[in-house]
Amino acid sequence: MSALELKNLRKSYGSELVISDFNLNLERHQVKVLIGASGSGKSTLLRCINLLEEIDDGQIFLDGEDISEVGVNADKVRASIGSVFQAFNLFPHLTVLQNITLAPRFVHGVDKARAESDALELLERFGLSEKAHQYPDLLSGGQQQRVAILRAIIGKPKLLLLDEVTSALDPVLIAEVLSLISELKSDGMTMLIATHEMGFAKKVADEVLFLKGGQVLEAGSPQQMLEAPQSQDLKNFLFALEQAGRL
Amino acid sequence: MTYQPSPLRLQRESARRQASRRSTTIALLSTLAVGVLVVIVITGAKGFQLVRESFFSWHYAVHSFPSVLSGIWLNLRVMVIAEAFVLIFGLLLALARTSKSPVLYPLRLFATIYTDIFRGLPLLLVLLLVGFGIPGLQISWIPNSAVLLGTLSLILTYSAYVAEVIRAGIEAVNPAQRMAARALGLTQSQTQRRVVLPQALRKVTPPLLNDLVSLQKDSGLISVLGAIDAIRAAGIETAQSFNFTPYLVAGAIFVAMTIPLTRFTDWLTRKQDKARQQQGRW
Repeated sequence: MSALELKNLRKSYGSELVISDFNLNLERHQVKVLIGASGSGKSTLLRCINLLEEIDDGQIFLDGEDISEVGVNADKVRASIGSVFQAFNLFPHLTVLQNITLAPRFVHGVDKARAESDALELLERFGLSEKAHQYPDLLSGGQQQRVAILRAIIGKPKLLLLDEVTSALDPVLIAEVLSLISELKSDGMTMLIATHEMGFAKKVADEVLFLKGGQVLEAGSPQQMLEAPQSQDLKNFLFALEQAGRL
Repeated sequence: MTYQPSPLRLQRESARRQASRRSTTIALLSTLAVGVLVVIVITGAKGFQLVRESFFSWHYAVHSFPSVLSGIWLNLRVMVIAEAFVLIFGLLLALARTSKSPVLYPLRLFATIYTDIFRGLPLLLVLLLVGFGIPGLQISWIPNSAVLLGTLSLILTYSAYVAEVIRAGIEAVNPAQRMAARALGLTQSQTQRRVVLPQALRKVTPPLLNDLVSLQKDSGLISVLGAIDAIRAAGIETAQSFNFTPYLVAGAIFVAMTIPLTRFTDWLTRKQDKARQQQGRW
């Protein structure tokens, strides 16, 4: 049984078709990376999966359970999927520790002491324990994003969605965020990642999917995709990245 | 090697000092000129002596002070009780207006109509309608105390203002915050309570306090219903002596009471601005 299965997914905003006839199979402990230009549907796809967007057609299965059915408890589904966004979106009025323990305490019903010791353990492991009682504003972008990732994984989600989590960061900060994600991969976390970092994609991806116009245009192993692209679109995309110095 | 300021820097600094001395001098002179002008115009007026005696009489000020002060005690109680209820009702109205749930549609409609009406109605009119209209109904179990009905009018009016302020705060919270909270599995109401409201209330604290200052001074309006507050007490004193000084005494006490809250508001606003400036986010 796959951790995540998308069947014939379709989503449009008004007359604009953003995702069409999308199929995907993500096994447990697998990491797949979505690449493609802005507007190719990566972010929308991720938001459809955690039910922040309503899909027009198709089905989404999480651990074999259809979560796209009408009447599904969306809050419960979201509680079992971790999501991290480009803009971190930490809660500015809460400390790092409070940010991380919010969902465990109020969604998963863990008592405060337990939630805090879990969070501190996680912060300790990723070298952020001295930031536990600070407010997000005082942290660097890289630290904020790492905290956002820890906030997403503390509830032991079945699936982690990462939406261009390094796009707002400078190279040094990107590295610290990416190394955290690599560590999650070695923990066996199931992940679906939208990114522009090709080097990173090569390192963590079991499969890379190239999206255009809301469809998978080409898919394959990272080596194959980056070194022997088949379609002209992917070739153009990789060339553009190279020109921008991001390959 | 220790740093030696260059002659260029010393020259610049002395020029700046000179410029700042010059502006201080100009400010002083212009303040003085305006002050002298005001004094000449007022003291030179034909009725000056009369006004001075009937508004600024030390004798009547001292004489009326105790009764005005005992009137203020009523204002204070009215203020505190009204403020508490206004904050609660204002918050509930704001929540009703910003709710998206279809079940709450009637509530949302009510909140919208309510704020539209009570934000538009002059407080004096509300006081008259409530203060004289409700007793006029002659319903036996409704108390017809002027203080109670006056306080009710203040609560009715100010809840509408405060609701709008809080609503503005709720709407000013970045939608991404709500999305992030929902993505963690928080329900709609948990998101509102734990993520949106705390941020919204922080944003609107200065305007909120501003409304409370305004409520404090408007508590004096309940005197039109006959409640013996500071203004009414001053009026009674004035009626006995035909000297208006007691009103000024009441005014001075009101100002003295609102100043702490006003200063606190200023301080808070400055603090927030500073925090924002330090983060370079405007």
